[in-house]
Amino acid sequence: MDYHSPASFAEASALAANATGITRFLAGGTDVLVQLRSELVTPDTLIDIKKINGVRDITRNADGSWTLGIAATGAEMSEHPELGRDWPGVVEAMDLIGSTQVQGRATPTGNLCNGSPAADSVPAMVAAGVTVTVTGRDGTREVAVEDIPTGPGKTSLAKGELISAVNIPARGENGGDAYLRFIPRTEMDIAVVGVGVNLRLDGDTITEARVSLGAVAPTVLLVEDCAKAIIGSTLDDASMEALAAAASAACNPIDDKRGTIAFRTEVAGVLAKRAAKIAYARAKGEDA
Amino acid sequence: MKKFHVTTTVNGDAVEYLCDPRETLLDCLRDKLNLTGAKEGCGTGDCGACSVTVDGRLVCSCLMLGVEAEGKQIETVEGIADGDILHPLQKKMIEYAALQCGICTPGILVAAKSLLEKNPNPTEEETRYWLAGNLCRCTGYDKIIRAVMDTAAEMREAS
Repeated sequence: MDYHSPASFAEASALAANATGITRFLAGGTDVLVQLRSELVTPDTLIDIKKINGVRDITRNADGSWTLGIAATGAEMSEHPELGRDWPGVVEAMDLIGSTQVQGRATPTGNLCNGSPAADSVPAMVAAGVTVTVTGRDGTREVAVEDIPTGPGKTSLAKGELISAVNIPARGENGGDAYLRFIPRTEMDIAVVGVGVNLRLDGDTITEARVSLGAVAPTVLLVEDCAKAIIGSTLDDASMEALAAAASAACNPIDDKRGTIAFRTEVAGVLAKRAAKIAYARAKGEDA
Repeated sequence: MKKFHVTTTVNGDAVEYLCDPRETLLDCLRDKLNLTGAKEGCGTGDCGACSVTVDGRLVCSCLMLGVEAEGKQIETVEGIADGDILHPLQKKMIEYAALQCGICTPGILVAAKSLLEKNPNPTEEETRYWLAGNLCRCTGYDKIIRAVMDTAAEMREAS
């Protein structure tokens, strides 16, 4: 295994483009090292991208948007005094992953690139409208988070491409987000269902919404029918039931030891309602 | 296989070692520096027996490569006592009999010390969540939690 620690994303991209065999990028390593250790994936080329300047930075831009470095960890996101006020759902979703020790290393970029349908931070990022900057041989492009995973363990990133920044939109006025997941334990488990909701209000009425489901399909889903069910409503009982029905209808889950198809489908609806209530309360400026 | 020369700081001492890039920090601590306090329980970041701090951040040393330690400040369980004088956490762990087989104990000590540095007055719930990544199959956790809570109280009084 060749180990490289390039000083720029362009250099990292060139290394990956010219590498043969299996290439992995190393940020927090909480998936890469587990796969290495369990002999699931032994990379021929390992590219540590933590020595690139600024990769741990969490920056609020002049327009209110946020730029996360690709090596900013869950712990650093949770400890940030401002990020969680703007995007509590995104921060909480990341914070649900693993133990204190894992939080000290794990990154949302790694969570996304690992390609798990059950990745907790991903539905929250999709709901929030987060994009990532992808650096490749021909420069950079901006890609919506929902367009990165293409199936379990698979992404749309081409050879020589890597994520070089995470871009979170400006929160703006009267907005709120939330993420909830179901696990059979209280802590340290993989989502059986995850739901991210992000919405904006005009008075009591929802004017914008994005709803994302995790662990109920081969990739995290952005469900437009869920958004349609609540846009224009005050999150009354009828719109909540429509939201739940749309969430359940979007599910295409697997049956496994952690949850049956029927269970996951039902729970997606229940969690969508609960997450929407929290996001709505946050948009109203209430504690939730 | 190309070996990497790594210079780093462990418990305040400058150290160096040569490592294969596949070797974890845990491998390097145990096999090259003979610091065998950190234990390999699972090797996949689930059990916390290999807990150390890197630049003040609690991590599993099995989830970090030895080459990544270049230029870092690493603290292990070997650095917790001051010579023969045990750290208050170590004394309380003994007093409460908060260990049986002892495999998890170094990781628990490193993790609990990290908690108390960050939060000198944790609630029991905060303590339990903080230590959720340190598995113990002997004690049932209660004695560990009580030892940590009592240490926190004692250290607050002393300061």
